[in-house]
Amino acid sequence: MEDKKLVTVYIEDKPYRVRPDQSMLDACLSLGFDLPYFCWHPAMHSVGACRQCAVKQFKDENDRKGMIVMACMTPAGEGTRISIKDPEAVEFRAKVIEWLMLNHPHDCPVCDEGGECHLQDMTVMTGHAYRRTRFRKRTHRNQYLGPFVNHEMNRCIQCYRCVRFYNDYAGGRDFGVFAAHDNVYFGRQEDGVLESEFSGNLVEVCPTGVFTDRTLKMHYTRKWDLQTAPSVCVHCGLGCNTIPGERYGTLRRIRNRYNGQVNGYFICDRGRYGYEFANSATRIRRPYRITYGKAGEKIENALEEGKVLPHVKSLLQGAKGIIGIGSPRASLEANYLLKKFCGPGNFYAGFSDAEFNLVGRIISVLTGGPVKAPALREVAEADAVFVLGEDVSGTAPMLGLAIRQAVRQKPVEAVIKSGIPAWNDYAVRQAVQNDKGPFFIATSAATRIDSLAEGTFHGAPDDIARLGFAVAAAISPEAPAPDGSLPEAAAGLVPRIAARLREAKRPVIISGTGAGSRAVIEAAFNVAKSLFDSGKDAGLCYVAAECNSIGLGLMGGKSLREAVGAVRENRADTVIVLENDIFDRLSAPEAEALLSARQVISIDHLPNHTVSMAHTVLPAAVFAEGTGTFVSNEGRAQRFYRVYVPAGQVEESWRWLSEFLAASAGAKFFTVDDVQRAMAGELPAFGGVPAAAPPADFRISGLKIPRQPHRYSGRTSIHADVDVNEPKPPADPDSPLSFSMEGFDGRPPSALISRFWAPGWNSVQAVNKFQSEVGGRLRGGDPGQRLIGPAGKEKSLPYFTGIPAPFTRLEGKFLVVPLYHVFGSEKLSALSPPVSELVPSPYLALNPEDAGELGCTEGMEIRLIVEDVFFRLAARLDASIARGVAGFPLGLPGLHGITLPSWGRIGIPPGVREAAEESGEDRA
Amino acid sequence: MSNAERPLTGDFRADGRPLGIGEYEKTGGYLALRRALKEMSPAGVMDEVKDSRLRGRGGAGFPTGSKWSFVPSGADVFSSGPKFIVANADEMEPGTFKDRILMENNPHMLIEGMLLGAYATGADCAYIFVRGEYFGSARAIGKAVAEAYGKNYLGKNILGSGFNLEMHLHMSAGRYMCGEETGLLNSLEGKRAIPRTKPPYPQVSGFMGRPTVVNNVETLCNVPHIIRNGAEWFRGLSRGFSGDGGTKIYGASGRVKRPGAWELPIGTTAREILEEHAGGMRDGFRFRGLLPGGASTEFLLEEHLDVRMDFDSVQKVGSRMGTGTMIILDDRTCPVGMQLSLQKFFARESCGWCTPCREGLSWVVHMLGAIEEGQGEMEDIDLLLEQARLLAPGHTFCALAPGAAEPLGSGVKYFRQDFERHIREKHCPWKIKNS
Amino acid sequence: MLSGAELNEIEKELRAYSDRKMGCIGALKIVQRHRGWITDEALRDLAGYLEMTPDELDSVATFYPLVFRRQVGRHVILVCDSVSCYNVGYEELLWHLMKRLAIGLGQTTADGRFTLLPAACLGVCESAPAIMIDADVHGGLEPPEKVDQILNSYE
Ligand SMILES: Cc1cc2nc3c(=O)[nH]c(=O)nc-3n(C[C@H](O)[C@H](O)[C@H](O)COP(=O)(O)O)c2cc1C
Ligand code: SF4
Ligand code: FES
Repeated sequence: MEDKKLVTVYIEDKPYRVRPDQSMLDACLSLGFDLPYFCWHPAMHSVGACRQCAVKQFKDENDRKGMIVMACMTPAGEGTRISIKDPEAVEFRAKVIEWLMLNHPHDCPVCDEGGECHLQDMTVMTGHAYRRTRFRKRTHRNQYLGPFVNHEMNRCIQCYRCVRFYNDYAGGRDFGVFAAHDNVYFGRQEDGVLESEFSGNLVEVCPTGVFTDRTLKMHYTRKWDLQTAPSVCVHCGLGCNTIPGERYGTLRRIRNRYNGQVNGYFICDRGRYGYEFANSATRIRRPYRITYGKAGEKIENALEEGKVLPHVKSLLQGAKGIIGIGSPRASLEANYLLKKFCGPGNFYAGFSDAEFNLVGRIISVLTGGPVKAPALREVAEADAVFVLGEDVSGTAPMLGLAIRQAVRQKPVEAVIKSGIPAWNDYAVRQAVQNDKGPFFIATSAATRIDSLAEGTFHGAPDDIARLGFAVAAAISPEAPAPDGSLPEAAAGLVPRIAARLREAKRPVIISGTGAGSRAVIEAAFNVAKSLFDSGKDAGLCYVAAECNSIGLGLMGGKSLREAVGAVRENRADTVIVLENDIFDRLSAPEAEALLSARQVISIDHLPNHTVSMAHTVLPAAVFAEGTGTFVSNEGRAQRFYRVYVPAGQVEESWRWLSEFLAASAGAKFFTVDDVQRAMAGELPAFGGVPAAAPPADFRISGLKIPRQPHRYSGRTSIHADVDVNEPKPPADPDSPLSFSMEGFDGRPPSALISRFWAPGWNSVQAVNKFQSEVGGRLRGGDPGQRLIGPAGKEKSLPYFTGIPAPFTRLEGKFLVVPLYHVFGSEKLSALSPPVSELVPSPYLALNPEDAGELGCTEGMEIRLIVEDVFFRLAARLDASIARGVAGFPLGLPGLHGITLPSWGRIGIPPGVREAAEESGEDRA
Repeated sequence: MSNAERPLTGDFRADGRPLGIGEYEKTGGYLALRRALKEMSPAGVMDEVKDSRLRGRGGAGFPTGSKWSFVPSGADVFSSGPKFIVANADEMEPGTFKDRILMENNPHMLIEGMLLGAYATGADCAYIFVRGEYFGSARAIGKAVAEAYGKNYLGKNILGSGFNLEMHLHMSAGRYMCGEETGLLNSLEGKRAIPRTKPPYPQVSGFMGRPTVVNNVETLCNVPHIIRNGAEWFRGLSRGFSGDGGTKIYGASGRVKRPGAWELPIGTTAREILEEHAGGMRDGFRFRGLLPGGASTEFLLEEHLDVRMDFDSVQKVGSRMGTGTMIILDDRTCPVGMQLSLQKFFARESCGWCTPCREGLSWVVHMLGAIEEGQGEMEDIDLLLEQARLLAPGHTFCALAPGAAEPLGSGVKYFRQDFERHIREKHCPWKIKNS
Repeated sequence: MLSGAELNEIEKELRAYSDRKMGCIGALKIVQRHRGWITDEALRDLAGYLEMTPDELDSVATFYPLVFRRQVGRHVILVCDSVSCYNVGYEELLWHLMKRLAIGLGQTTADGRFTLLPAACLGVCESAPAIMIDADVHGGLEPPEKVDQILNSYE
């Protein structure tokens, strides 16, 4: 953002210096004034519909009469003079609430929004108290909108924020406003599941209880009864900040936690609704070891408290070679202690070998190259975007939302230059029309954001990489160009992409591990480097699959296949698997070989194939039950905190490993801080981790920061069914947060924000009070600490030259490439019942011409053989898929255990074609 | 009065059928266009219109020439690319029917006016936005547009001048809000007719985000005459008591002897219109009040009848000239019932965008309905007045609700005894009398 | 499925606009002219044809009173209830129509012949009270019995 001169505005005749590119509502809220509003939203700006933010504006200091204006539609100009306290303005604001209340049902006691309702807050703020109308209220019919969002239309106050978010901001097209006058209706044309993967944000965007969290409803708890702590989403690699809420030992919901640099005001539905795996009845809650009965049957032997360590100790003492398998979904702390325990030579990163190499390549490029990894916010502000190989809408949904905003940057900038302020949302949209900034996307198959793109290319990963290399070469003569020709569709795009990127000031190149191709990752680097070298403030954004993929990548270790070798070659007989299902990472024979070690210890929270083969199983805490650090795709180390102490003998993985260390006479680690200090001291890559959040002994005026709101109810009786004596709250040596309502009640440092609340602001809108200016950074800076940064220009990596040959079809074979779905491709969230409802059934996507040659039609059962693994799948015809390529929706139920891309064969099981033909004849 | 004194209506055919292109040309039609294209620069046309003191006939009375002059002609984003001119033929203001008369009788006059407006502002595309119920107007206009294309008054390189204009007819589908110029533009784009913020004004960012002039039909129909006969002539047409130039189509509806519309010099008094042209009240009916210019203007009483019907004079007595078509209230019509009818209209036609209008008007309708049914309470009267005060310009997003507040506030004020009587007697006195 | 005749007319209508969506109001009216009203199926078909979603099209359709999203009779009677008509006997006229047709506002006669709807000022205030049946305006309906003759001419 360019540096804008400040201007002086007057509020109640007092001067304030503010930025002129904002509305007076922005300015007032940033200055800390309480001014009610509804239709305005800091991410969606002003439209002036609700008329709630009325203030009195005066021409100059002599004007005593003034006139009512909407603060949100009034520019903060030099000398702008307003009064919030003016009696006429005060009266009008109360009257606006009265109007809204004419039809509002006043059902706060039974409304899910009660206690965190923006409408409640604003009603109190304006002082409206008495009902003066005696007429019947208008009523509406509610709709079924799917498993995530509940609809209660009678509560609607018609602020239009839902449509403005869902349609304008997030690009949804299956939702809208219907009818007119006092009968306007917000919903869908007919009942049905909301299609947008951002639908859950309606819950936070809606100022009252029209759209509420349907999963919360199933185990409802008031906001003030939820115990909460800052957390980080575990369902992709972007590291969106969240606030999970707990009551009675179960997780009740996830809310967005504002981070100005990362997720801002929104998160995706995978992140919001994926949490219920934590509440699963199948959770592993006690340690056990397996013995075998007389008939060879497996017996689970629970290990009582006090028996675990002696058991482990005896295991470890008897071990002949211990190896550890790390995990991209476990915390840095756990991975570090595993590495420490096993020794660096015996630590294996828990990725598939392919992913291990890709993540390693990404890290080397981000640390050895000249180009920075942008934060999500910077992606949203980019003025040109080129996506190479990554279906971000499936692998990192919020990145898709950021791209959606980036696509508007350039046209919006032009409009702003011509004098329409950026905050005047509908005027800007009107002037922008359908203009889009440069955005190009090259993937294996069409994605959910293709419609935004100026140009798309769909092809095999090698051709995608060649497109990237060609673009880089077109931008910089120093970058190597691919030999031979590109597919026609790609060749045509090269000069256009190069030209549009060259015009941009802040282009961002996006790629990732999703395509499974090193060449694609390298091509993206070449494009970014070519832009950087031509003087652009370029960004290079790589998507990594899991919440701590980059953290694990930085931790290093050996490849998993080597671990298999170690077991096969009897160099190790004891394997510790940390929060991982090896069957997702290795082929089944390899996984079985690895787990055939004499002793397998699995530390995990839910049963899986690996757990079922382990000899000793230790229950691990899920994200909300533990404290630790994840490193996001931009290299941002972010701390997540234990929200509640889990039931049973569940421990954070790092604590189990600390016990292991102690058991083998190593030093025991008592706190997360201890682990971090050791890690930072030992591994320079993690030097910044302790700075990601304040240490456990941090206090404000000697006080801890409470996880429970000051109105938390039932504390003394919550355990009464177990014991009438009120227990001492659990101690937390790992953070400055307390498991109680006592403590510092003000604004904590940003990394420790457990909930957004301020006096008079019970709804999520309280976030305004936590920002240095509305929509900007949190006070004291946004949480997180960047661990990686670009190398200096001189020390930068050279261009990559390993350009793959053009993709060529092989007779009788298909190149099987991975496809991704918002719901289903990520395993943990798919275990959450509401999410699982939306997981597509397995299929194989084929080009219709290929399908024709195979004699297979839409939906027909086909057989895929890849790496000796068989899959029975329904055919899906997809014209966007290149010929000779087959799309395999990785991660859907049963669809794992192979490394893609890979060549495969497709067959049609006997009888299927005939059956299809017959039923076809029947129809005819 | 001679045709020269009634430029808008003087040439109408006696049988009420629209003038064909030949007939229109015979009355001097398209001469102004020829003259402008040959002899005048766009700025010259604009200056002539400015000079004429033509003020918008859509209700707000904004000077037409200055409205045009806000269309950018510099080098920024908005200056390059297409520009538009739109005729507002939505005419849904209750009591108003003047634009229909113009379109049904002399459609070419509107087309020529738009051509001149387009030439002056640099527009190359024109839309005529006709309300959905005006089938007669649409037929007349559709035919006239085709004729004009046939004679190269429309299309490419008009009359060899190098000037181009495409013209389309858009039939609407109801909603008063479509008449509000920014709501109209949304509707023309196939969207819900909610209004847009101003600024930016449509002249800068209008139809499809491009510079757009929206003018009322009657406004545009005046333009050919101004260009043909000169600004001075036009100024002379009015009674000259205010700065306004030209004639105005005044109208009267209600229980007058001869409801209708008449083209008269601007500044004719309300009394003259009522008594001379409308023939006074029907036998057996007494005058109680009137809305001077459509439903969204304040009531005037007997004592105001000598007001000159020009923009400023009507304002001075506390109302607005609006569309200049008056609605008469007689003594045998219930003023509460009339108010209910008015407010039902406004409440129903509210677009539902802003709170005061969407909620306030529907509350007003509930209260008026209760009073009319004999279920009113005395506090309702103050509440009604309060709502009228709160629905003020600037409080709402557009002028619809303030328009509703005008007859509401003035009606309750002037006919308060009637409201109180309803409440006291718990029924509508008029209903009893009639049944 | 939209009929060939409908598609032809829609294509002609769309010529006035640079974007298919912009012509959606006209297109809705064309389909309505052919079918009487916009069924959910017609809405979906038309939306697809205009490259809109049903939600987007219905958001527009339900805004406008002259687009019927519920079944109407063969003829639609719009009764002007605005002020000029009110002042000269709208209530008697409406009362008469309701009695004569035995339906209330918003309803359709049992034989599917007429639907009675309230309407904003029809712009023929000089001949108030007025109604509109399909595309025809009938004014000066004082006394209300005048309407009887008119109704007979709509089958
Ligand atoms: C609710 C509302 C309805 C309106 N309806 C009409 C209308 O039907 N016809 C019209 O010409 N102007 C109407 N106007 C005024 C227009 O907004 C605009 O001022 C006018 O078309 C400008 O034309 P003029 O400058 O030629 O008067 C309406 C305004 C409002 C607020
Ligand atoms: S005043 Fe408000 S609700 Fe009423 S029509 Fe205007 S914008 Fe719509
Ligand atoms: S917040 Fe300003 S009008 Fe809604």
